[in-house]
Amino acid sequence: MIARLKSAIPALIPFVVLTVSVELAVRQGWLKSYLVPPPSAVFHALIESRAELFGAFATTSASALLGFLLSTIGGIAIAVFLSSSRAIQRAFYPYAVFFQTVPIIAIAPLLVIWFGYGMRTVVASAFVVSIFPVIANTLTGILSTEPALRDLFRLYGASTWTTLFKLRFPAALPQILTGLRVASGLAVIGAIVGEFIGGQGLGSVVDVARTQQRVDKVFAAVLLASVLGLALFGLINLVSYLTLRRWHASEQ
Amino acid sequence: MRKVFPPVAVIEHFDLAVPSGEFLAILGPSGCGKSTLLRIIARLLAPDGGSVSIDPDADRFQTSFVFQDAHLLPWRAVLDNVALPLELMGVAQEERHGRARVALREVDLTEAEDRYPAQLSGGMRMRVSLARALVAAPRLLLLDEPFAALDEITRFRLDLRLRELWIERGMTVVFVTHSISEAVFLANRAVVLARRGGRIKLDHTLELPERNEDLRLDPRYGAEMKTLLAAMEEE
Repeated sequence: MIARLKSAIPALIPFVVLTVSVELAVRQGWLKSYLVPPPSAVFHALIESRAELFGAFATTSASALLGFLLSTIGGIAIAVFLSSSRAIQRAFYPYAVFFQTVPIIAIAPLLVIWFGYGMRTVVASAFVVSIFPVIANTLTGILSTEPALRDLFRLYGASTWTTLFKLRFPAALPQILTGLRVASGLAVIGAIVGEFIGGQGLGSVVDVARTQQRVDKVFAAVLLASVLGLALFGLINLVSYLTLRRWHASEQ
Repeated sequence: MRKVFPPVAVIEHFDLAVPSGEFLAILGPSGCGKSTLLRIIARLLAPDGGSVSIDPDADRFQTSFVFQDAHLLPWRAVLDNVALPLELMGVAQEERHGRARVALREVDLTEAEDRYPAQLSGGMRMRVSLARALVAAPRLLLLDEPFAALDEITRFRLDLRLRELWIERGMTVVFVTHSISEAVFLANRAVVLARRGGRIKLDHTLELPERNEDLRLDPRYGAEMKTLLAAMEEE
């Protein structure tokens, strides 16, 4: 555990250097404080508006997490469906790719029309942007099971479902987790975009603070949004460590 | 029997009868269709013409297969890897663990049951793979160049052990290899395949005394090596 904490130190150095440099640059007048607020002002905004910001943080967390869970379940289910035959894959996979290329910012107003203002729109937005990497990675993982192991399962009369749960899923786990890592970051982005258009949370705090010229508060909200993304990412890493440490090279 | 992977007929006019309890080695150059043949016997692949019959054909799970590499499930400890065939056949956990321990004892790996494949040497992994094949008590054991990737000494020990297991269990063994010395050492009968089409160039019964460390010094061993080598080289 101590070793793990120590390994985080190198990542903190750039953060500290950047924070101190920006603070100095603003105080020296090299950067305009209405464009980039001094870190001390951001910290002050965090304290001053803490009730509002942390409430927004909780709301955004709930929406992002829910959207992420839905895309985990939905993405894996769709990947299993797509993997069932080459014909199904040829028929449906192009649409999954097409779905991915539609910009969320363009369809977000549609989501508001369908789901109304509020959490449902935000969750839908988080879901839409984060499902594709789960589908793509799970599908690749499921399809790249070693042929010899598939033969082994067939030899002893394993059913399709048994092979899926005892062979294909565990074998695909490293890839599934890679998909979830990407999806966790995207789910936070999707939730913020959803809140910009039709919801409450960090996204709407940013939007309102922007119109009030409160750059410090915008930064404080953005900082909290990235904390949320990091926390989700860390959660996936923890799951990855716990499930893969005994057998996969990536966690040894 | 016949098998075509368009545009090549990998196996054409192949016909062979293997009596129960025999140790048969199938020898041939790379790409001659040895592995395809083995997969057809295991019914993992359907022939395009002809058939494979196993007599009696009552038991579904009479055949076990050992691959070129160990092919263990890396997320499972050794014991659960060995017990896998029984698990797939629906045997209860307690019984399958018991039988897996017996199989592990047969390959001298009792101490490794809680370890993971990543923690084992190549030779140990292959022994786990062999135990996994034995746990289902097969009447027919198919091996596809199983020890090819191992060092000479490990390979020799495993060859000896395999031969002992064959005698103890009285099962039929079909062993595919491209090593003439391994075929002569292990088998009672050797079949040499042609480079193309799976034609049998030589079907030869090996008349050798007890297989042990001294066998390789025996002139009869050298004579058998020479016979098979001549058949391999002939076009």
